Parts: sequence; structure tokens; C-alpha cells
Amino acid sequence: MNIVVLVKQVPDSGADRNLRNDDNTVDRGSANNVINEMDEYAIEEALKIKEAHGGEVTILTMGPDRATESIRKALSMGPDKAVHVLDDALHGSCAVATSKVLAAALGQLNADLVICGAESTDGRVQVMPHMIAERLGVAALTGARKLTVDGATLTVERQTEEGYEVVTASTPAVVSVWDTINEPRYPSFKGIMAAKKKPVQTFSLADLGVAPTEVGFDGATSAVVEHSKRPPRSGGAKITDEGEGGVKLVEFLATEKFV
Amino acid sequence: MSEVLVVVEATKEFGVKKVTLEMLTLARELGTPSAVVLGGTGAAEALSAKLGEYGAEKIYAAEGDDIDGYLVAPKATVLAELVKRVQPAAVLLASAQEGKEIAARLAVKLDNGILTDVVGLAADGTATQVAFAGSTIVKSKVTKGLPLVTVRPNSVTPAPAAATPAIEQLTVSVTDTDKLATVVERVAEQKGSRPELTEAGVVVSGGRGVGNADNFKLVEELADLLGGAVGASRAAVDSGFYPHQFQVGQTGKTVSPQLYVALGISGAIQHRAGMQTSKTIVAVNKDGEAPIFELADFGVVGDLFKIVPQAAEEIRKRK
Ligand SMILES: Cc1cc2nc3c(=O)[nH]c(=O)nc-3n(C[C@H](O)[C@H](O)[C@H](O)COP(=O)(O)OP(=O)(O)OC[C@H]3O[C@@H](n4cnc5c(N)ncnc54)[C@H](O)[C@@H]3O)c2cc1C
Ligand SMILES: Nc1ncnc2c1ncn2[C@@H]1O[C@H](COP(=O)(O)O)[C@@H](O)[C@H]1O
Repeated sequence: MNIVVLVKQVPDSGADRNLRNDDNTVDRGSANNVINEMDEYAIEEALKIKEAHGGEVTILTMGPDRATESIRKALSMGPDKAVHVLDDALHGSCAVATSKVLAAALGQLNADLVICGAESTDGRVQVMPHMIAERLGVAALTGARKLTVDGATLTVERQTEEGYEVVTASTPAVVSVWDTINEPRYPSFKGIMAAKKKPVQTFSLADLGVAPTEVGFDGATSAVVEHSKRPPRSGGAKITDEGEGGVKLVEFLATEKFV
Repeated sequence: MSEVLVVVEATKEFGVKKVTLEMLTLARELGTPSAVVLGGTGAAEALSAKLGEYGAEKIYAAEGDDIDGYLVAPKATVLAELVKRVQPAAVLLASAQEGKEIAARLAVKLDNGILTDVVGLAADGTATQVAFAGSTIVKSKVTKGLPLVTVRPNSVTPAPAAATPAIEQLTVSVTDTDKLATVVERVAEQKGSRPELTEAGVVVSGGRGVGNADNFKLVEELADLLGGAVGASRAAVDSGFYPHQFQVGQTGKTVSPQLYVALGISGAIQHRAGMQTSKTIVAVNKDGEAPIFELADFGVVGDLFKIVPQAAEEIRKRK
């Protein structure tokens, strides 16, 4: 099976994150940039399918130069090769334009199965898998907590508000995974060394037949008008329990009219 | 005034969800709200009274197995046709998995901008969003097409405004490409009488400090006394204390209740990501240095196994 895993580089969600003041985009320059956490689960799932059914795993990333670090890190887990969509005109792209670019790249990669994270931690938008599937005219099975591959049939179990549901589709398809699906492996030393030699192909917009005016700020379908930091919460009263902690807690809740 | 389409979120068990009423309230600021019900046969009829109570002047219904038996693609197709026909002033969906997914497909179909996790929407279409785990407030606008936004639950207070909506059944004609992802089974899990986590006015969450699954009864008891939902940290979920669907945080649910009670939770940044826009935060933790106290309006340093039962007893006394 020819599997493509979508990997996005994002600012570390464990640290302070900001928008840039000059153009309102995510500040990636000063941030510690990492692989979007959920995409590691996508990589793991792809590798497991390859191990069970054979095939090839390709990483696909759209992002600036520095995304190369994340691509190498992804490759060190075990995928075979990577494609990096890199073009200065991409800066400032909205989700709609990003999906156009990723779909164009996927069009050239002939994937049977596209696996991605259910959402990215910078935008938390959760839209990319369906946008891409819509453009490619293939099925999207999203938010998988379990994926079974049987020949060309994919079966996914996904959590819903009420419980869970089981959905199926045939390849080609896009599957997005939640972090409950598996436990991503750590890259081995051998894997890290091997990743340095794995092929990383670069696609420009011209290679994909996408006009620069369709992406970036020119092609954006939405814009951030302004942004500000929310004033940080400040802690209020803190008491130490000396036998009356529970009662004091309820007294507080009562003054706030919760009891 | 132009129509504003509100895509209804509802469940079989509880009917119209609160976020739908919030969207209807928000929609009235922008135009005349029309509710869109996408579901099984008879869904709109069952929901119409409630939708009318909150100002839906009209209900568009697309019903049946072609809508209900597949993941979101058919819903997006029907909605795209409707948008082209009625040219609404805006389209509002819930910022939950399905709402975002329908919106995603709609954005591509119409080549239209999309804004997710919106907590406020001005008459000129400027949306307020909360980004980066609640640390940043963003004002943004759709610059291509109409305002297509997904609204985060608990963002506005639903206000009734009586209307008597007529139901217009839409013709459902979906393509084979829309029917590629088939739902083969839907399993409802026992929820009990507690409110839904993202919509609850009170959330009581337990963390690793709760110790084991059995002890979560303490968390549930306090939640029930306060009429709230139960949440859990990822550490509690990963340790098998409580099911994943109740996880609060970056890779779980985002909640924004009036009151959030954190029991035995340290307050890691990924946990805060899902709860720090709560109105009032209360924490119980035996470690006085735990970061959760930095955001707690009221914190008790001590053993939750002593404090929580005592608090429960005190609430019962006062009732
Ligand atoms: C990519 C990523 C995504 C993540 N997503 C989430 C997420 O969605 N949600 C989430 O919650 N976390 C998430 N995390 C994990 C997060 O970093 C923390 O590990 C987690 O929130 C810790 O949970 P906890 O506070 O319950 O456990 P701990 O950090 O272990 O804290 C337990 C607390 O309980 C206290 N305690 C112990 N016993 C008692 C007692 N008897 N009485 C009172 N207090 C007691 C201790 O003092 C301690 O502060 C994520 C992490 C990563 C890397
Ligand atoms: N620029 C990108 N390059 C590669 N993959 C991406 C990109 N943006 C989003 N994705 C993928 O789409 C998933 C969902 O992202 P999102 O819709 O932004 O929440 C992510 O987990 C990634 O797998």
C-alpha cells in the first residue's frame, strides 16, 4: 500500500506561543518548532500498516525551510521518503489554500491511503482531512481511534458525542487519527542515522501547477484583523486545609452562588 | 433582513443542543435566523418547537438515510446547494467535530473562507476567536465569500425569542462521491443524567491525584451535587481512571463553564488549554506549588480524600 502521511510543523504547544505583530501570522521564528503531536500518531499508524501489509510510506509537509528539521525527525521514525512543498509565496496561506496545495501534491503521489492527525495544535481547526478529501473526491474517515485495513477496505472506529461509530470506505481515502489510536515509537539511533540519507524531494508551486496568487496573503480567504494577549489569570485566595478545607471550599462556592 | 443559516446540533437523547440555541441567539444580531436540520427522517419535526422558541423563523430539513448513513459529505452537498439558493448573510455551525467537518467541505465547495472556534460575531462579520490554549484573542474576518463560522459552545447566553417556523423539506440529491464513507454502526454509550461536558455550566474534573477508577466516584458525587459534568485530565484517562471522551485539554474537550473544579490535577499547560477560559476556577491539590493554583480563584492545599467528602457533606447540609 502506498501511504502518504501529512506532517505539519507547529510551535511547541508546551511553550508560550504568539502571533506576529507585523503580519498576524503564527510566530514560527522565535518558537520551538516541533512535529504536530497528533501527526506522530499518523506516522506510527502508517508504519504499522506497512509492516503488516507491505508498501511505502511518504511524508508530505507544506511549510517553510525550517520544516526540514521536522521532516528528518519524521523520517527517523521509519518512513521511506519525504516531499516538502516549499515556496516563499506560501507564507500567509489560509486553510482553504493549504488544502489546495496539499491536494495538488497528493495528486502527484498516487497515494492509496493518506493519513494525517485529526487536528493541528496551532490552529486546532480540524478541517484539513475533509478539505483534502473534498478536493480529491475520495472518502474521509476522521478522528480514528482504531483503524483496520483489509485489502482495499478500511474500517475506522471513531468517538462521537454519544458514544462511538464504525465507518468504512475503500481506498483511496484520507484517514485522520486521534492520539488514542496507538503509541508512537521513539526514533532509534539507527533510524536517526538512516533518516539523513533518505530522499526528500522539494516541490515548488510551479511544480504543482498552483499559481502564487491562489495562496499566501493574496489568495487568503480569511484574515486576522487584530490580536491581543488575554490578560493572564491571576490566582485568587489559596488556603491550606487544617481540617476545615471542604467547608471553606463550599463557603466560597456559596458566595459565588454555585450552591 | 437576510437569512442567517444555523446548522442545528442535536442528539437523539437530548434534542436540540445548547450550542444551537446560542447560535440562534447570535444569528439574530446578523439577520433572520433559519435553522437547517440535517438528519434522519422526522428529525426536523421533533426539533421544531425548541428551534422556534429561540427565534428560528424557518426550518430547512434534509432528512433520510442518504443524509444520515454517511459521514458529513452529503450534508455538505445539501448545505452548499441551499447557500447558493438563499444567499444567506452568514452560515453558523457548531465548533464540534461534525460542524467543523461540514464547514470544511462547504468552504472548499464554495471557495469561501472559514473561521473556527468563534466566541463572538459582530454584525459586520468580524469574528472573535480564542487561540493558543486561551492565551490569545484574535479578531478575524472572512475575506472571500460569506462569513462561514463555527461557534464554540458556551460562548453566548441563549436568549429565547418566540417564532413559529415552517419546515421546508429540501430535496436530497447527493452524488456517489458523497457516499464513500459509510456508517455501519452507531453505538450509544450510557451517559446517565449528567449534562454534556462542553455544554455544562459546572465541570468537576479529576486528575492523577484521584488515584484510581473507583475513587472517581468522589468526583462524580461532587459533580452531581453541583449539577455538573465530570471531566478528567489526560493522566487520569491514560491511567484508565475515566473514559477518554471526558478528557479536558489540548487533545480532549475544550470547556468554558461558569465553574471548573480541578481535583488532584497539577495544571499542565496542555490541561489548561482546555479549561482556562472557565469563569471561576477552584482547585484542590496537596502540592501548594502546583501550577493550577496560578489560575484558581480559590485553591485549597490539602488531601482531596479529606476535602472532597467534607465539601460534599457541607453541600448536602445546605440543601
Ligand atoms: C501533546 C500533548 C497533549 C496533551 N493533552 C492533554 C490534554 O488534552 N489534557 C490533559 O489533561 N493533559 C494533556 N497532556 C498531558 C499534560 O502534559 C499532563 O501530563 C497532564 O495534564 C497531567 O495530568 P494530572 O494533572 O492529572 O497529573 P499530574 O501532573 O501527575 O498531577 C497530579 C496532581 O495531583 C496531586 N495529588 C496527588 N494526590 C493528591 C491528593 N490525595 N490530594 C490532592 N492532590 C493530590 C499532585 O500534587 C499533582 O499536582 C498532553 C501532553 C502532551 C505532550
Ligand atoms: N501545512 C501542512 N503540511 C502538512 N500537513 C498538514 C498541514 N496542515 C495541516 N496538515 C495535516 O492536517 C491535519 C489537520 O490539521 P488542521 O486541519 O490544521 O487541524 C494535521 O494534523 C496535519 O496532519
